[in-house]
Amino acid sequence: MASGIDTFIESLEKSRVWRSIFRSGSGQSTLHRSLAIQQNVFLHLFPTKVRRRVIALGATWYLGILTLGTFLLLVITGILLMLYYHPSAPQAYADVKDLKYVVSSGLFLRNLHRWSAHAMVFLAFAHMFRVFYRGAYRPPREFNWVVGVILLLVTLLLSYTGYLLPWDQLAFWAITVGSNISAAVPGVGEKFHFLLLGGNQVNANALLRFYVLHCAILPLTAVLFLMVHLWRIRKDGGLYVRKGEPHEAGKEESAQTAREKE
Amino acid sequence: MTTETVSKPVDADPELSRRSFFARLGLGSLGIAAAGTVMFYYRYLSPNVLFEASPVINVGKAENYPLDSVTLDATAGIYLIHVAEGFFSLNAVCTHLGCLTTWKPDAGVIACPCHGSRFSREGQKLAGPAPKPLPWLKTWLADEGSLMVDRSVTIPSLQFLRI
Repeated sequence: MASGIDTFIESLEKSRVWRSIFRSGSGQSTLHRSLAIQQNVFLHLFPTKVRRRVIALGATWYLGILTLGTFLLLVITGILLMLYYHPSAPQAYADVKDLKYVVSSGLFLRNLHRWSAHAMVFLAFAHMFRVFYRGAYRPPREFNWVVGVILLLVTLLLSYTGYLLPWDQLAFWAITVGSNISAAVPGVGEKFHFLLLGGNQVNANALLRFYVLHCAILPLTAVLFLMVHLWRIRKDGGLYVRKGEPHEAGKEESAQTAREKE
Repeated sequence: MTTETVSKPVDADPELSRRSFFARLGLGSLGIAAAGTVMFYYRYLSPNVLFEASPVINVGKAENYPLDSVTLDATAGIYLIHVAEGFFSLNAVCTHLGCLTTWKPDAGVIACPCHGSRFSREGQKLAGPAPKPLPWLKTWLADEGSLMVDRSVTIPSLQFLRI
């Protein structure tokens, strides 16, 4: 049975269609396996080779990938919520109530979106604390720390803009207070406040602007910086591991020290 | 150091070469186009028509406001106050971060629920993070006898409307 599946996979990998998509070939040599990573548009962001102890739970607690996981969950549930939600002034509140009480599985998807949002903010902070206290922000990774700070700000802005969308009293007053903070910026604050809300008060214009920010502009910004963030892990010498940290092989050295010796 | 800088042929060729002239011309026109583009989108993002309530409010007859009363119009976000000196109107929106304040008759203060700012009946700040007193709004008596308030016009405090 198993050999039958193996033969099928092997013939599939040798087929013309497969070879036209995956050009690295079907071999099991180190070269073939490296090419499979390097020649894939998604995987080439990541290193072709990592040490086992670098991807052990103890090194990172997987906080970065968990943050990415919540982001992907938010994108999927967010797109599904968009199918029932109209960003218009009286309708938005009714739509959120319909999602909760009328739409099948709507309550689950909305709560998944909400709890993932809380989790993403928490995990992003936890990830940054982990990076900070291990010293993984130091050169050559200082630029990736800056990209991470931008991603944190985008995460907080996504959280903030999403807060208005249920269009209830809590949302209205939270955005009234929050947008008034931006008005306190000297000189340009009042003008920025006006552009952000599309008016002087939190009303239909503000709801639509926050919706566009929440569903288009900010997620695209996040994806853009996420790609740079992941790609820079490889360019900066892989995930950070401390010198002399206990590890499996005992003699292996981190990518960091290997680079320094070169 | 200084002599070196001075002796350096900063502009050896007084005539601009054709190439750099066109390069500057091109960059200059690109800069103008970029500035125009910024203005274009800035203007697009600023709405010209706002569907917001009129700043001028008719708050009704003066008889509806007995002496020593503080009346909050939560929809309009204003107080209409009648004291011995006369009538006046205060903006009820907290000067801190825009929450709607409320009148506490027991304590005789205007209080903000969001961050604890407190104001006197005349709008003076008593406590809390608010940076400014509550502004006095232009109040007048219309010809037909109603009290009118213009929320967009602030007046110096303690200018009472006597009827």
